[in-house]
Amino acid sequence: MIPVSYYLILGGILFTIGTVGILVRRNALIIFMSIEVMLNAVNLTFVAAGRYLNSLDGQAIVLLVLTVAAAEVAVGLALIVAIFRGRGTTDVDEVNLLKW
Amino acid sequence: MELALFLSVGAIAILGAVGVVTLRNAVHSALSLITNMVALAVLFLMLNAQFVAIVQIIVYAGAVMVLFLFVIMLLGEKAQEGQERRPGQRVFAVALGALLLAEIIYVAQFNLLPGLPGKATPEVVARSGNVQLVGRFLFSEYVFPFEVTSVLLLVAIVGAVVLAKRKL
Repeated sequence: MIPVSYYLILGGILFTIGTVGILVRRNALIIFMSIEVMLNAVNLTFVAAGRYLNSLDGQAIVLLVLTVAAAEVAVGLALIVAIFRGRGTTDVDEVNLLKW
Repeated sequence: MELALFLSVGAIAILGAVGVVTLRNAVHSALSLITNMVALAVLFLMLNAQFVAIVQIIVYAGAVMVLFLFVIMLLGEKAQEGQERRPGQRVFAVALGALLLAEIIYVAQFNLLPGLPGKATPEVVARSGNVQLVGRFLFSEYVFPFEVTSVLLLVAIVGAVVLAKRKL
């Protein structure tokens, strides 16, 4: 059986890649996809921990995370479409009306 | 054998995630993200979580990514990134990411999993099936969060329609 730390480290690597994507990219759509990568990494950690503790809580929580992610994507993409209609761009550096 | 499968699928997952971050074209990023999600579904199967693996493919790789591709196509070519304004942004982000990764690996190698072992050992799961057990678990101990998610989804539907519609 594969040690649980392998799964935790893989989850950590995926989470880090998602974080770097959020920091580096400026297209709002790709920032959203990076958030999905981070959510997936956390899901992997949940399932791995549940497997090694012989518990089903991990899988139940993953289902709740999945629902939240779906809701987040629906609302977030609607927001991006609304911003694009108003300003003609999805570059997050251009959307700086509230910036001091 | 199991380790070789884990390493190769993990490498595919990491490559998919790197593709999401690095590829210029948003459609390519979305396809790369689908690769990442399918690889994660295989990992869920290896972790004896069949239900989550199938849901991952249906909901994420199916529904969510179709929604993403719809929006990418809807916004079209103009939804590209402009010129980079902050020259040090990329270096700074990668340095912060390396720091985060070092922290995570430092903690993960202690093999810490606090909590008592539960009852769902592989033998119990094999006897009645993963989907049956997860379903029963969701509708007994997690029934309140499960019902709350239905309200959340309803709010998300209404919110998405209100935000995306031109005139109400």
